[in-house]
Amino acid sequence: MHPAFSIIVFTTLSGLGYGLAAVLGLGLLDASTLSVKLAHIGALAMIAAGLLASTLHLGNPQRAWRALSQWRSSWLSREGVMAIASFVPLTVTAWFAIVEGRHLAVAGLAGTLMCGATVYCTAMIYGSLRSIQAWNTGLTPLCYLLFAAAGGFLLASVAGYSSGSRGPVCAAIAILFVVAAWICKQKWWTRLRTLAPFSTPESATGLGHIGHVRLFERPHVNENYLTREMGFKVARKHALKLSRLAILSGGLAPVLLLLVAILAGGSAAVPAAVLAVFCYALGLVVERWLFFAEARHAVMTYYEG
Amino acid sequence: MTSLPSLPTPKKLGLVIDLDVCVGCHACVISCKEWNTGGYGAALSDQDPYGADVSGTFLNRIHTFEVVPEGGQVIGEAGEARIVHFPKSCLHCEDAPCVTVCPTGASYKRAEDGIVLVDESKCIGCGLCAWSCAYGAREMDLAAGVMKKCTLCVDRIYNETLKEVDRVPSCVRTCPANARHFGDLGDASSEVSRMVAERGGYDLMPEQGTRPTNKYLPPRPRKPLAASAGSAVLAENTHDAKGFFAWLDGMLDRI
Ligand code: SF4
Ligand code: SF4
Ligand code: SF4
Repeated sequence: MHPAFSIIVFTTLSGLGYGLAAVLGLGLLDASTLSVKLAHIGALAMIAAGLLASTLHLGNPQRAWRALSQWRSSWLSREGVMAIASFVPLTVTAWFAIVEGRHLAVAGLAGTLMCGATVYCTAMIYGSLRSIQAWNTGLTPLCYLLFAAAGGFLLASVAGYSSGSRGPVCAAIAILFVVAAWICKQKWWTRLRTLAPFSTPESATGLGHIGHVRLFERPHVNENYLTREMGFKVARKHALKLSRLAILSGGLAPVLLLLVAILAGGSAAVPAAVLAVFCYALGLVVERWLFFAEARHAVMTYYEG
Repeated sequence: MTSLPSLPTPKKLGLVIDLDVCVGCHACVISCKEWNTGGYGAALSDQDPYGADVSGTFLNRIHTFEVVPEGGQVIGEAGEARIVHFPKSCLHCEDAPCVTVCPTGASYKRAEDGIVLVDESKCIGCGLCAWSCAYGAREMDLAAGVMKKCTLCVDRIYNETLKEVDRVPSCVRTCPANARHFGDLGDASSEVSRMVAERGGYDLMPEQGTRPTNKYLPPRPRKPLAASAGSAVLAENTHDAKGFFAWLDGMLDRI
């Protein structure tokens, strides 16, 4: 699948934003401090930016509101509905934190749950597609949820350390989620790379009873919408290298940096946690790029030998 | 509404495509584009139409496959490779994933005859339906920003201003080899259903669980090339030569 820039930005940013908002909703951090107030604003900004980026790839964005209507059958519609609905508890929680400096437990928890549901819907847009076998597994939403939680606790540890309370707790939980997320992702990758294709040129043409089926000629000499959108391929050796890079930058580096923050504490903690967030975000972008680039669409059985 | 019709549709209009007959001429590709660019919804645009990198929106495309029998690399040993031209347009699936994924309600399946259509005034051009279709039957029109797909020529088949003989899809009407047939696959006595029963018509990618309405008829078994090659082999072999040719054969052997 073609790794569209707007979709990578959208899933990465909104994942981090929802993660942070969900952690803030738990009320672990001291809502009266400036850094926690800023964290609330930051979470909302990341979510909003991510959602705006997601409308960039639409052919007719002026009608985007229509996407809220088909929540009965469509995960994309459900995601839109949840994204907008979750703004209610999130802005209420943020308002109380910023203006009154206190945490509103009910709205906070509702926000946490709705953030989780939104990320789940996002993941299921991909996870529910049978035509893209790599995505069509329960591991897809699990990875998205774990990555969002890991990102949320990482960002929360920055807020915690700079507000002077609960930094180490957040950092410790972040380490757990980062490790869990990459273990899950490794499972996802192993599945992808050992997958027997669900659809084959034989099943796609129904000519398997005669013999081995091979594409002789494409319909047209040039590329078309389908081959551009779904025919993206990344060389296997690069995919392996990139996935290792993603684990190093998004997994190993943040864990080590958070350990430094926990053990050294003091003035070293904030910069270490900030650096951990940057490394993690970089790893996540690579992971998301691969998520698209490595996934093979069934239609390619009609376009490749 | 992007929920599928709750009951099986009373009619299942669709195409039956005969892979034994298709000669790969692409006439249906062109007639489809010609009819549909001026008919239902936005025109089917081309990008860079006179340049080197021309591409455009098509609702029907012909692929060509080579089928090589097991151990059949050497001609005559185990049958031989054959070329199959393979037309492909929307299959108007009964469990159409392209319909249920649509967030706007633009994609729908008609309850009366099962035709899958896009209401372009609702389509936001998100492309998710094209992702969900394993067959590659949907293409985004890059000029209009809306999703295009085979309409089963809904603006022809019910069109009483056309002569009766023309009330079939454009591709069916055009095919010079008669490889495309249109009819109600929900009616077991229809001509298309009988064809499917007689010839063993089948679904593409049944494993995708989409239950396509369109059916494909397999190429008929063919006499192996080696069996028709008798005369060619004879030319190398003079055992049966008689009369003048026997004398000539003998003379030439002696030279
Ligand atoms: S062939 Fe593709 S576009 Fe047509 S109904 Fe089936 S899934 Fe939908
Ligand atoms: S591209 Fe249009 S028809 Fe397809 S899913 Fe999106 S809104 Fe629906
Ligand atoms: S039925 Fe009409 S729209 Fe569909 S492939 Fe044939 S000509 Fe094109």
